[in-house]
Amino acid sequence: MTMTLIQSLIVIAAAALGTMVTRFLPFLAFPESKPIPPFIIYLGKVLPLAVMGMLVVYSLRATPVTSGSHGIPELIALISLVLVHLKWRNMLVSMATGTVLYMVLIQTIFA
Amino acid sequence: MKEKINGISKAAIAAFPHTIPIAFAWFFLGLSYGLLMSTKGFSVWYTALMATVIFAGSLEFVTVNLLLGVFNPILAFLIALMVNARFLFYGLAMLTKYNGTGKKKWYLVFGLTDETFAVNSSAQIPDGMSRGWFYFFVTFFSHCYWVLSSVLGSLIGPHLPFSTRGIDFVLTAMFVTIFLDEWLKHKRYSSAVVGVLVSLICLIIFGKDSFLIPTMLGMLVIFTMMYWHKKRHNSLPTTEVPCETTDIHSSQEDSQ
Repeated sequence: MTMTLIQSLIVIAAAALGTMVTRFLPFLAFPESKPIPPFIIYLGKVLPLAVMGMLVVYSLRATPVTSGSHGIPELIALISLVLVHLKWRNMLVSMATGTVLYMVLIQTIFA
Repeated sequence: MKEKINGISKAAIAAFPHTIPIAFAWFFLGLSYGLLMSTKGFSVWYTALMATVIFAGSLEFVTVNLLLGVFNPILAFLIALMVNARFLFYGLAMLTKYNGTGKKKWYLVFGLTDETFAVNSSAQIPDGMSRGWFYFFVTFFSHCYWVLSSVLGSLIGPHLPFSTRGIDFVLTAMFVTIFLDEWLKHKRYSSAVVGVLVSLICLIIFGKDSFLIPTMLGMLVIFTMMYWHKKRHNSLPTTEVPCETTDIHSSQEDSQ
């Protein structure tokens, strides 16, 4: 480590502060004491599902589509997850199915 | 008083199962972060401090490198802003849900992550249960998992006895399941489609390391246009409107 203790603590504090800004800004900009503008309420309704879609893409962003396994293990695991969820609608069961299947696939067939 | 404590423990018990996938995912993610910190020569105290006060996985991995470089806190601040810009969106989406939760609100906001957002924005809280305490325990349990697994990784990381290859897929599985479940429940198709399409297009154009910010800007533009469109039609009810768009909007309203 090249930094002193104080310097590393300042860097950690700066990183924490930057993160705090992204988390707190919306809540400080639209405090409870004032009515939230209708457009922001609209965003609060449409954003969750849209952002969830973004998170799906984000968590799959490094999938090798054109090389390696071509994303086949991901595809098989997710199709199974969707089918299991449509059938039983149990979140934990669906997630476990997808994850375990994926781990088995990449540790065996696609190793 | 007794009743209050009863209500709080009920919320804790209800919240716990929702955090199980987070526990699995973060256990291994935290282990690898702790392991990374220890191999770079940082003591367990650094690992625990960063896990506690930053509480944002990807940024902590980045901060390890910042700590090994030249002293530049402004750069650390700006990188944190950029890496975590998506939290701005979570805040906007959670404004009404987190409002009215009292002092706990500031801890909930502090603990907004991809995962706590995903769980808290979609969870159906039983009638009569305190919303605030439910959200609090989802956040608090997750925070604990993250700090404890990081510390554990820092202490025992190199001696892990089994193969965990692929375990991080549990996060993908969680996001896909919540996405699917919300899709089936709320039928808010247009916003789901916007989210996925804009993300995919931006991923192809900007690449995997820098597509989030363009994606968020793109979604903002599209939702602004949809809002104006909706507002114009609502204020002019006699005007003939294309039936496809009215269908989408009315179904959206039904579900809200």
